[in-house]
Amino acid sequence: MKRSTLRLFLLSIVACGALVSQATPAAAQVAVRGKIVHTMAGDPIADGVVIVTDGKISAVGSADQIAIPESYRVLQAAVVTPGLIDAHSVVGLGGMDNQDQDQEQLESSKPIQPGMRAVDAYNAKDPLVEWLRRMGITTVHTGHAPGELISGQTMIVKTVGNTVEDALITDAWGVACTLSADAQKAGTQSPGTRGKMISMLRQQLIEAREYLAKQAAAGGDASKQPSRNLRLETLARVLQGELRLIVTADRGQDIASALRLQEEFKFPLVLDSAAESYTMTEEIKTAGVPVFLHPSMYRSVGDRENMSFETAAKLKAAGIPIALQSGYENYVPKTRVALFEAAITAANGLSFRDALATITIDAATILGINDRVGSLEVGKDADLALYDGDPFEYTTHCIGVLIDGKVVSEEVR
Amino acid sequence: MLLSKSGLTCLLVGILSVGCWVAASTDAAISPVEHSSKQEAAIAFVGARLIPIDREPIENGVLIINGGKITAIGSADSVRIPAGTQTVNVSGKTIMPGLVDTHSHIGGIGAADGSNPIQPGVRVMDSINVRDSGFKRALAGGLTTLNIMPGSGHLSSGQTVYVKLRFSEQPASVAEIAIRRDDGGIAGGLKMANGTNPQGDPPFPGTRGKAAYLVREQFIKAREYQQKLAAAGDDESKKPPRDLDLETLVEVMEGKRMVHHHTHRHDDIMTVLRLSEEFGFRVVLQHVSEGWKVAREIAAAKAPCSVIVIDSPGGKLEARDMRYETCAVLEHAGARVAIHTDDWITDSRLFFRSAGLAVRGGMSREAALEALTLAGAEMLDLQDRVGSLTPGKDADFIILSGDPLSVYTKVEQTWVEGRKAFDRADPKDRLYAVGGYGAGHDQQPYFCCFGHQ
Repeated sequence: MKRSTLRLFLLSIVACGALVSQATPAAAQVAVRGKIVHTMAGDPIADGVVIVTDGKISAVGSADQIAIPESYRVLQAAVVTPGLIDAHSVVGLGGMDNQDQDQEQLESSKPIQPGMRAVDAYNAKDPLVEWLRRMGITTVHTGHAPGELISGQTMIVKTVGNTVEDALITDAWGVACTLSADAQKAGTQSPGTRGKMISMLRQQLIEAREYLAKQAAAGGDASKQPSRNLRLETLARVLQGELRLIVTADRGQDIASALRLQEEFKFPLVLDSAAESYTMTEEIKTAGVPVFLHPSMYRSVGDRENMSFETAAKLKAAGIPIALQSGYENYVPKTRVALFEAAITAANGLSFRDALATITIDAATILGINDRVGSLEVGKDADLALYDGDPFEYTTHCIGVLIDGKVVSEEVR
Repeated sequence: MLLSKSGLTCLLVGILSVGCWVAASTDAAISPVEHSSKQEAAIAFVGARLIPIDREPIENGVLIINGGKITAIGSADSVRIPAGTQTVNVSGKTIMPGLVDTHSHIGGIGAADGSNPIQPGVRVMDSINVRDSGFKRALAGGLTTLNIMPGSGHLSSGQTVYVKLRFSEQPASVAEIAIRRDDGGIAGGLKMANGTNPQGDPPFPGTRGKAAYLVREQFIKAREYQQKLAAAGDDESKKPPRDLDLETLVEVMEGKRMVHHHTHRHDDIMTVLRLSEEFGFRVVLQHVSEGWKVAREIAAAKAPCSVIVIDSPGGKLEARDMRYETCAVLEHAGARVAIHTDDWITDSRLFFRSAGLAVRGGMSREAALEALTLAGAEMLDLQDRVGSLTPGKDADFIILSGDPLSVYTKVEQTWVEGRKAFDRADPKDRLYAVGGYGAGHDQQPYFCCFGHQ
């Protein structure tokens, strides 16, 4: 009885939604019509249409210019955006239950373990992946968490699929590095200080440089090649610019250390969390480094005691590329929703467009996947999020989500 | 165990011996007089949209405050502003009551220690740092009345304290913000918890069955203590020795102190209701994540619910079925619903987000705003003083830039008992509203679980 009461109640909520649909969820040919379509490639389109054919966007424009083929299923919404991108998460590794058996995001046996791949740790079926998908998050950059000096690799996935292979966009994107008190050890273990952290990182990168030099010297002679070393191979890929070093640093002094390290070794750097980045805008801008900014509801203690709701606006004004992330804390909640994080920036100095960009096109550009996702343009993956109002308002619902042209959620969330 | 407990009692009795013992009061060391408001002259706020909560919103309204109280409220054509009253034009703004948070952990709190799972005699007020920046952030979020609670790592981690954020000047101690009961005692409840948080190695319970057993055992002891006290009457020589833990449980059984009970899972909720019935204590169900599964039972028991709303479910097994719809289902079932920050779990500055997400889950807007104000006031027995813009109530209110549930709306000012305690236009206050250099320096509260897996 109680259950059916709930179901009735929830059904009545669903019935209020604006999503109009009859066909099966797997239909591949879809037209999405929105009172406002934020393509993130040019101005928003009033009464816009996005035509989805075989998983890709085949046409975008205003309803009076674009004809919807008769056989296409039509979805309608007040607001349509590109599928949202969470620039940094541990979802799929840090499972919902927060029990030992579902926490794969942080291996603490050693402080430096870059050889660990995210693909080997990702659970595509964790309930939080679905939770985010139904809120309109279609792409996440996820992997090993902040908390060790080098905790492992990250990757980019879509929030669909039975396996990580189904979900993958990029199997190895970056290496997670932490320069904060969170990654320091007590007692006689290293690293125990900030100075030691940098010393250990420099040592590792120098070894990786030597490893590369040995490989180059060996040339085609397999007998002279150094033995394979997964740790050094990964760091060598960082030095060669194939992988990014994602440095979680909140204090201004730690951000400065990250920039100093980058200047010495010339690897692609992304600053992560970066609570005090507003004190370092000139240096970050000069270094040409993008920022994955922390969520607004991180606890403001320790290294993050000086965090601000206005950091996104300040970085944007300084010309620094930024994206918003759901982040990582090892307690409730196990994931935040990047949509709500962008909303806080929109309420604290960023324009609506720039705030939406932090979880769409700007995130895609920093992640290097803007040829596939991040905006509604012909030829791109048909990843869309549908809303019954301003997506940033808490009281608005996500009423539909498409990934690769498939309707993956029609729930009113 | 007995020794250490009586040792503690002696120590506390020693400290408290200056004060006089008032029945049902364990807090006689500080003045029994509530810190008074210093509003000096009447002020009329004119032109705002008023959301009184206890009646329909009023467009172009007038709100008059005097002596720290609300003296009049109504539409511009219905309220006469006495000559000489200072008038503030707030047209375009929205005014509603100061928010009531039925569950907060700000102030660097810590009450019960790891020695015992049931410590009702410990007071959280003895741990509060009034200079903690959490208070400034709470004001920036529009909060004016708080129930500050110890954590949920114990079956009972101690007494909670109800406070008013009288921060127009920096308070020197918790005494200046504590709310007083009619008998002069410190107003507050008793924190209890079940489910997984209080589980641990002995003497903590390892199972739910053991947890309920330990609680029942203590209440039965307290009942015997209560009977001995009654039998002794006025004969001091026959009274049992004072026991801070048992006398707190007696207060609870006599209805003088509300139990605020952390409980998430549906079966844990039912256990709370069962114990409440057995021992006759009044209870507010706190968190109630699976309340949607037993909403009818909760409503039938007339148990008020103070609900946590966060971005996603999980973080622990008992919160895996947390839903945005919980408040809506409880409202629909006829239960009384408040919403809380659980600050450190959600940030007080974003309290309205919780209500917004509850509306997203189907709660009515009216009930959601009531859940941040009057419903919470009732759960703290403070509905005669706070929670609505009603003549005679404390002049606790907030001035908003727009719709309370919009993410774009700002809390511009927070007034407590007729005095401005937060003003976003003042850079010193704004620092705490948005954050920035120097806004932090918090102490981490003593929780059971933060930082653990």
